[in-house]
Amino acid sequence: MNKPSQTTDMIKPVSGEDGISLADLNAAVTRQSGAAAPTRANMLRHLAYILKSNPMTLIAFILFALMLVAALLGPLITPYDPLKSSVADALQAPSLAHWFGTDDLGRDVFSRVLMATRLDLAIAFSAVAISFVFGSIIGSLSGYYGGWLDKVTGRIIDTIMAFPLFVLAMGIVAALGNSVENIVYATAIVNLPFYARMARAEVNVRRDAGFVQAARLSGNGDIRILATQIFPNALPPMMVQISLNLGWAILNAAGLSFIGLGVSPPTPEWGIMVAEGARYIVSGEWWLALFPGAVLMLAVFTFNMLGDGLRDLVDPRQRS
Amino acid sequence: MSREEPTSTHFSRRQFMKSGVAGAATIGLGMALPFAKVLPASAQGGSTVVIALGTTINSLDLHRKGTNRPSYQVAVNAYDRLVSFGTKTMPDGSLSYDSSVIEPDLAESWSFSEDGLTITFNLRKDAVFSDGTPVTATDVKWSLDRAVTLGGFPTTQMKAGLLENPEQFTVVDDHTFVITLPKFSKLTLPDLAVPVPFIINSKVALANATADDPWATEYLHRNTAGSGAFVVERWEPGQQLVYTRNDNWSSGELPEVSRVIMREIPSPSTRRALVERGDIDMSYEVPPKDALELRDKGDLNVISTPIENSLFVVACNEIFEPFKNKKVRQAMAYAIPYEDIFKTAAYSQGVPMWGASEMSPATTQWPQPFPYSTDLEKAKALLTEAGYPDGFTVPFYISLDLVSWMEPAALLIQENLAKIGVKAPIEKIPGANWRTAALVEKRLEMSLDDFAGWLNYPDYYFFWSYLETSLFNASNYSNPEIATLVEETLHLATDDPAWEPKIKRLIEIAFEDVPRIPLWQPTLSSAMSKDLGGYEYWFHRQIDPRKLSKA
Amino acid sequence: MAKSKTMTVLGRVAEAIPTLIGVVIVAFLLTRALPGDPAAYFAGPAATLESIQEVRVSLGLDKSLPEQFIIYVADLATGNLGNSISTGQPVTADVMSRLPASLELTLFALVLSLGVALPLGILAATKPGTWIDQLCRIIVTAGVSLPVFFTGLLLVYVFYYQLGVAPSPLGRLDFVYLSPPHVTGFYVVDALIAGDGATAWAAFRQLLLPAITLGLFTLAPIARMTRAAMLQVLSSDFIRTARAAGLSWRKVLFTYAFRNALLPIITTLGMVFSFMLGANVLVEKVFAWPGIGSYAVEALVVSDYAAVQGFVLTMAVLFVTINLLIDLAYTAIDPRVGFDG
Repeated sequence: MNKPSQTTDMIKPVSGEDGISLADLNAAVTRQSGAAAPTRANMLRHLAYILKSNPMTLIAFILFALMLVAALLGPLITPYDPLKSSVADALQAPSLAHWFGTDDLGRDVFSRVLMATRLDLAIAFSAVAISFVFGSIIGSLSGYYGGWLDKVTGRIIDTIMAFPLFVLAMGIVAALGNSVENIVYATAIVNLPFYARMARAEVNVRRDAGFVQAARLSGNGDIRILATQIFPNALPPMMVQISLNLGWAILNAAGLSFIGLGVSPPTPEWGIMVAEGARYIVSGEWWLALFPGAVLMLAVFTFNMLGDGLRDLVDPRQRS
Repeated sequence: MSREEPTSTHFSRRQFMKSGVAGAATIGLGMALPFAKVLPASAQGGSTVVIALGTTINSLDLHRKGTNRPSYQVAVNAYDRLVSFGTKTMPDGSLSYDSSVIEPDLAESWSFSEDGLTITFNLRKDAVFSDGTPVTATDVKWSLDRAVTLGGFPTTQMKAGLLENPEQFTVVDDHTFVITLPKFSKLTLPDLAVPVPFIINSKVALANATADDPWATEYLHRNTAGSGAFVVERWEPGQQLVYTRNDNWSSGELPEVSRVIMREIPSPSTRRALVERGDIDMSYEVPPKDALELRDKGDLNVISTPIENSLFVVACNEIFEPFKNKKVRQAMAYAIPYEDIFKTAAYSQGVPMWGASEMSPATTQWPQPFPYSTDLEKAKALLTEAGYPDGFTVPFYISLDLVSWMEPAALLIQENLAKIGVKAPIEKIPGANWRTAALVEKRLEMSLDDFAGWLNYPDYYFFWSYLETSLFNASNYSNPEIATLVEETLHLATDDPAWEPKIKRLIEIAFEDVPRIPLWQPTLSSAMSKDLGGYEYWFHRQIDPRKLSKA
Repeated sequence: MAKSKTMTVLGRVAEAIPTLIGVVIVAFLLTRALPGDPAAYFAGPAATLESIQEVRVSLGLDKSLPEQFIIYVADLATGNLGNSISTGQPVTADVMSRLPASLELTLFALVLSLGVALPLGILAATKPGTWIDQLCRIIVTAGVSLPVFFTGLLLVYVFYYQLGVAPSPLGRLDFVYLSPPHVTGFYVVDALIAGDGATAWAAFRQLLLPAITLGLFTLAPIARMTRAAMLQVLSSDFIRTARAAGLSWRKVLFTYAFRNALLPIITTLGMVFSFMLGANVLVEKVFAWPGIGSYAVEALVVSDYAAVQGFVLTMAVLFVTINLLIDLAYTAIDPRVGFDG
């Protein structure tokens, strides 16, 4: 059993005898074309080709770079103090003085959106990193050793996946408390099964492949083989999922904010700005929700496009 | 403003709302008439009113454990009590209950004994339940016994009026009922007019009671058996509650509207959109921003009434060492940006509660402004005097349910406190946890609070929030003088010469000690179509559609 | 050695059981880990410590954790999901009344979504790398990149508030209509069964806006999967043979290619459906839809244990069932499946 993150175009396994169905194997075998790592020159040439034929991917890369810059420099270059209120200027429409207008406490929306970039990217990256690392470890180990380890972890993973994602995230944050760390952990837990499953499938397929047996014969220990030989081959498809998950992590944080389990005020975060701004749509103060919403959408969009691009880069058979 | 229904239905919504259509005679599911599959119009004419609520009703029985506040409206509308409050007209022309006037409801008259310890009620002879059976003193006793026996909030509320156990209630004959009290209390009669002691048709209830459930809680949870102006026609939990007029109602003038539909719509934006487009008649309890803007727009009637005996306050908890010192609390009181908060959180709706000139109250008016205003210099000076020249860090908590006013207020307070060296990181606490943390465990170092007392007396407010044992004393404040004063005044009649000076002293202490720093007195605003008249404000803040009328 | 199909099916069912057990345990622990005290909440305003304790006892919350767990499991064994503190109804009754609302909405949203995503995916697959492909990608990705409650409110604002073309967002049925007699719980279906066209039409109209909101969100996974699966199939040998043999593009596309691409599409559908069911809490809030999502959120906020547990269990069972059905569909469609690894 498996669940996608928001967008997946992998042929995902359904629960089989061993947890691996034919579809699973099909997909993994298809990707096995990377047994020998491509040279760097090849990769760069391929990258250039992809970018040229896929303008969207190029745009995605550029946007991603911009976001990173905003995250790094953001808080230093905001025109106004994102946390300082100015009641007299509350709820002003976008103007030359305030490009994105002001919110109900008179704070500059543009400054807040800019400052939020750092927090949102941090949440997304850390959540996905945690689920990737732990998921890969768990999945690789189960895929390699099999047996009871595989069965037990398989059931645990299935249990996590059987919970409605959003409610699980909600429950975790409600139980652990309302903080940024807990949102990260909740998102990580909820995404973990996906990486575990994928790692498991990839490792399992290659477990008895030729090059692995060769490595074993030359005296390499299991863990070493796993880490240096097998797992790197599993990386490419996982990279794709990472980029897609990044987008989902941000949306998850936004959803949690809507029901009140988000970041603590006055910290700006895209999701909470959209959630609170949504209240003002009907009364006509559209800018409170639109700008953070548009930027959030752009970020998720960028990650999704990046995912597509990465997939094209990594798997020639599956490129557009 | 009302849109016509699509022609695929053979009548328009406007028609439905006005009703009075001849021939559609029945209540209940389809009876082979043109309107069979839709809510039939009432036979006697009168109109239908649709009201949107943001809350959900979870029971028809107020006495039941777990019944939430919004469900109290059923007790208000489908049941009567012994007495009720009168009505007064507010300066803006709208109606409000009158806390100073007790009116007959099911009891047409009453009298106190010489010593004030016995009240004899004479019930109306013509009062009947909605099924036509007469209301007798037996029903009254059964209902009041139930209220003091089932526990929880209802029993606590009854205690406020010294109504504590069934021995106090006696049936003399079918229409005479007696209550005995341990001592005289001015709160007893008003306490009989609150939603809690509603009169149930005990015959019907007992017919549905079991050995395990002698008070028929299962039955009354889903059915009403009352004598009120309305009967619950349909209840779809989570969606709507529909009242139909009880044409047998005897305790007052028959309502003009024949059907009231309470529709549950959680999103305030959606409610606003609906009332602006005229698809509903009233959006009850709108946020202050909407109230302001809708009033300015002019297409709707927006009625705002100050909520009596209520305050939005900042509570400084004495479990936090610095707050044990009165000077620190006063410093906080001087550091609060009152005007800014009033503008952003309340949109200037309400009564400001700061800026009084004297440290002593001139009247027993409650609530009244406290003698503090924003003065950062003074705040800093007081902090230094108290031994905290560099300030401190104090966690500041707000409730997720009330975030619409609590968040902007907290943010502005946080900003100002930072200027005097006090760091106050804000934390939002959701629903169930709030009540436990703030009021039961009283462990929140600093929080915002919104207690409102049902009975309109200052001593009542102090009883609930300034005594060491008070539930709403989130500050863990304790003062023996206040305890004595409250005990002396709680049940004392307000025209007793001892009352006024003691109340003034209570307020004076509150001014000086400020365990609770008032921000403003809130209002309750509702937006409704201009065709709708007769809106009445009540202390229980539930909708009372009895006087509603549609043009 | 491939086992018989029935054995495979039974095997899959048996495998699901430990998962369900895990869900039961985790659901219990999760709700008990919630910091709120439902007794305090439900003892109501102005409750004293004594009355809160009374409520706690009456709710059985004063017992030790292991004791509570045993009671919980024993109840489950008899199909008793307990009583919801907030609604006062048995949780089973609550779920039975709220679930169809969410199911109806989700199914309808999926149908709408399919109607747009399938053609888009096929179109993109037939013209890979062109601007059409890019455009399709942009459209579907845009749909999934916005928070769902934002799209919902935006749609309400534009189509209802400003333009007045959408029906009032006040729930499943306008108050003028009575809900149809309960057969499936789907108002449109039930109304049609009862022969009431007007109510069916009214229920249908109320479904539109929330379903479009949800559907926008599910466009992406479906379209992407369609595109990827179609691409995979279209590049395979037998398609090339068919084209070389001179079969028309249309015939190749729909008779051969699409059918073979169905498997992964169905898998995606199943996952999207179960994800949506839990995630439509946000849409339900905006459109006043009395579904299971908003039920769960309300219960969670007041620490209504039984309700949250009931919700989680229902969702888990549904999820397991859907996956099982997909497995079966796979087994039925693809004879190669049934391979034991």
